Amino acid sequence: MRSRKDNIFYGIDRTLVLFYLILIFLGWLNIYATTISISENGDSFSFATEYGKQLIWIALSFVLIMFIFLLESRYFEKYASIIYVITVLSLVGLFVFGKNINGATSWYNLGMTSIQPSEFSKVATALAMAKLLNDKQLNLKKTNTQIQALLLLLIPAILIILQPDPGSALVYGSFIFVLYREGLPVYHFSFGVLSLVLFITTLIFGSNNTIIGAIAVFGFILLYLYLYRSKALKRGWIRMVGAFFISILFIFSVEFVFNNVFEQHHRDRFNILFEKTEDTKSIGYNTNQSITTIASGGFFGKGFLQGERTQGDFVPAQQTDYIFTTVGEQWGFIGSTILVAIFILFILRIIKIAERQKSKFSRVYGYSVAAILFTHFTINIGMVIGILPTIGIPLPFFSYGGSALWGFTVLLFILIRLDANRTYEW
Amino acid sequence: MKRVGLFPFLIIFIGVIFVVRLFYLQILPNKYQLPAFNNSAIKVTYDYPERGFIYDRNDVLLVANQLTYDIMVIPRDVIELDTIEFCNLIKITKNEFLAKMAKAVKYSTRIPSTLVAQLSKADFAFLQEKMHKFKGFYIQRRSLREYPINSAPNVLGYISEVDDNIINNNAYYQMGELIGTAGVEKTYEEILRGKKGVKFIQRNRFNKEIGPYKNGLYDTLPVAGNDITLTIDSKLQQYGEALMANKRGGIVAIEPSTGEILTLISMPTYDPNLMVGRERSKNFSKLYLDVYSKPLLDRGLQAQYPPGSPFKIMSALAALQENVITTKSVVYCFGGYKYGSSEKAFMKCHCDTYGSAVMLDKAIYRSCNSYFATAYRKVIEKYRKPYDGMNAWNKHVESFGLGKYLNNDLAVGQKGLIPNGDFYNKFYPNGRWRASTTISNGIGQGEVLTTPIQLANMTAAIANRGFYFTPHIVKNIRGKNLDKKYTEPIYTTIDTKHFDPVIEGLFNVFEQPNGTARGSRVEGLQICGKTGTAENPHGQDHSIFIAFAPKDNPKIAIAVFVENGYWGSRWAVPIATLMIEQYLKGEISRIDTQERMYNGSLEDEYRKQKVVVKRN
Repeated sequence: MRSRKDNIFYGIDRTLVLFYLILIFLGWLNIYATTISISENGDSFSFATEYGKQLIWIALSFVLIMFIFLLESRYFEKYASIIYVITVLSLVGLFVFGKNINGATSWYNLGMTSIQPSEFSKVATALAMAKLLNDKQLNLKKTNTQIQALLLLLIPAILIILQPDPGSALVYGSFIFVLYREGLPVYHFSFGVLSLVLFITTLIFGSNNTIIGAIAVFGFILLYLYLYRSKALKRGWIRMVGAFFISILFIFSVEFVFNNVFEQHHRDRFNILFEKTEDTKSIGYNTNQSITTIASGGFFGKGFLQGERTQGDFVPAQQTDYIFTTVGEQWGFIGSTILVAIFILFILRIIKIAERQKSKFSRVYGYSVAAILFTHFTINIGMVIGILPTIGIPLPFFSYGGSALWGFTVLLFILIRLDANRTYEW
Repeated sequence: MKRVGLFPFLIIFIGVIFVVRLFYLQILPNKYQLPAFNNSAIKVTYDYPERGFIYDRNDVLLVANQLTYDIMVIPRDVIELDTIEFCNLIKITKNEFLAKMAKAVKYSTRIPSTLVAQLSKADFAFLQEKMHKFKGFYIQRRSLREYPINSAPNVLGYISEVDDNIINNNAYYQMGELIGTAGVEKTYEEILRGKKGVKFIQRNRFNKEIGPYKNGLYDTLPVAGNDITLTIDSKLQQYGEALMANKRGGIVAIEPSTGEILTLISMPTYDPNLMVGRERSKNFSKLYLDVYSKPLLDRGLQAQYPPGSPFKIMSALAALQENVITTKSVVYCFGGYKYGSSEKAFMKCHCDTYGSAVMLDKAIYRSCNSYFATAYRKVIEKYRKPYDGMNAWNKHVESFGLGKYLNNDLAVGQKGLIPNGDFYNKFYPNGRWRASTTISNGIGQGEVLTTPIQLANMTAAIANRGFYFTPHIVKNIRGKNLDKKYTEPIYTTIDTKHFDPVIEGLFNVFEQPNGTARGSRVEGLQICGKTGTAENPHGQDHSIFIAFAPKDNPKIAIAVFVENGYWGSRWAVPIATLMIEQYLKGEISRIDTQERMYNGSLEDEYRKQKVVVKRN
């Protein structure tokens, strides 16, 4: 029988690796199309260019993959706490040694290149969360456990917010899917969803309209319960009324927070998204250029290297956060839809793999990977196509950048490594 | 296991939302879609080809080109500038500058607009050196028309800037471009202008040009305009214009065997060079606002006059064709024609035949009203109802190209009027009209209206003994065949045999001692013609003459209208015969007649027509 002793690739999930390779390849092609200058037209290839550098990082990420495959899978659980602590320390260290790029102190300067620890802290947090929940003593229904899990997330998240890089910190919110899967009570989860819905509706329609809407919905639910579920009503009417009043309070607080706690550029981003202000020049420039560029792709797109808006460098940060615009312009509706489909299938595959793990550690970790990738995917594309406010986080495996690529590669391949070992774990 | 299903559901849900949004953005029409080539990424520049030249039938150059320079502006590229200095350089006031900028911005901030058109060479030389200071402005070289010969502006027409109406209705034209707006420049616009070349240039977001868009895939080269040779004989045209000095009216001469228009004179005329250059709009308004002499009205094509006596030929031919008279039919004229029982129903006649027998030949060369009124009446009364008679007559007359558009390559035209049965039924409801009601039509008065070109064409059809070619102004377009409709004869409804006796009469107009144009007989030329004196509501009678020559194998058919020229032989006959002589012999034997025409003026007559508004 073949085993890991003969072959370090034994048992790896080929589908996942294939998805990875496809995404890396497509990502690089689009980075190439975005950063090649029109006068070059591919005559000379240079590693000094961004597409050249990305190629180096892709090559180096294969070294990382080899390294991960060489490690024993139990080491990940064993050293999860230490990795977490080191990562947190590296985040703290940024405030002393960090390099400020674009107003955020998120990088360590390593001479020829820079490293962004927040890209790796996701991995560390996922490992730590897996280790925490693996403890049979813990139960997510208990407040004590909930607080432990929350702290695990809040420490890196707050450190990242302080950089300040609130976009990257938002990713830690995605662990709610993991916690829910592992037994977090429903109302915590529904509380999160309800707050999000109320927050957005209040910003779009204003607090008065939202309150009227809330009263209508609440009245409707009460009527329904009174008519068909009188027992349930008797049992839970106090909680219902309580939830209602908390919602009303929350609605009022949204406007207060929006106007007094948020900074102006945050407000601008929301206002542009909800089309409360018409602005295509200054603050709305990115969003407008990005949407226009995607729209110009049409059904079939303009073809590889044929997008005049990409070539004209109209979309800022197009090779990083706005890489999807290149896809939209060059490959059109067909290409964009295929890429969205690839991501969806990819994340679903990760969940499937997570679910087939026999160890709880691997399952929680797998879920964390899916949740992190999903959040990045949703926020990034949602922003680029103009249905979410401007939040700068990269599209996994696609956006230009070494740290992000390595972070996601390590994140994914630890799961593949854990999964490859599932047959040994009895 | 409910918990396991939620997350995958959410993932798929988000995927569906994204695809729906992408579908909206990329496929459904929405506000984010940019018009093709009208976005900030691509700059469009144009390369204007040289407009085609225009020659006369003997290859004399009539219209050429000269270079001028336009100042163009792309409003979004304009940065702060020294407005005063710039205005001084381009010689406009600051207010004009601001107004023009506002208009350019309104048109488009990205597409170039003309700020100042047609800079002189001196201004251009001065400005060129300082142009780098003014970002967003550039100089566009353009070619402008030049007219080596001061003649025939009504034929050649002119070019002018396109207006909003044209820009909205024709995708080819951009603001500030030129288009032929009159004459041949208008009708042959697409041939003369060629096709402008387009270059698409890729720009980056800083508006820097970074190379040709898609390596010039969509770029087109300009296609040069084609030269055009007109049927006009510019020498004859100029001669005719000189003869018509200080007189108003129109002259049209046609080569009967081809339908080619040899001259198309409208008086008063103007120097075509007035329509070029920066003074153009000033000159144009001056011409346009001259409501008395109306120099922009092409009288040869647009002025509808009662044709008068030349129209009697139509009455004769219609009557012969309808078999209601023969060449031997006799009419006795006692100084007029009584067409009704009342005192007033009397048409005067000046044929001076005093009751002697008048047959067709004499009727023509003496222009007897009574004869042709009789002939006309017989045609109408041949039918039981005057309605049918009127229509039969109308059919014959219209077959000569009268009463309808000639449908040719001239920019303007008028239908004239040849009434038919319906016309009078509308005029006199319940059919209360008869031949006598409309009797004036028989002698070219009454309701009948014709333009000089229609009358010249009628003359050509008579000269050809029954057919004509649609009169046209273009003889040859390089590399193109003439439209078939100009090379196929159009036959009249009159049999060929009826023409000879009529033409004999027309010949006798000159040859008989008491022919109405005897005084203008040219030795050695067989001219056939018919004088006319048309009553009109504007003042003195119009002086009219039609003629063709030689009698056999005619080379020229001509119609001359001189407004308020008293009677036919006073102005129209000498002018027509001088032109025929000039055209056929190349020299003039009657120098004194020529001098009389050169110097003769009807300005006093026209001055009487000016309406003086008294202010109390």
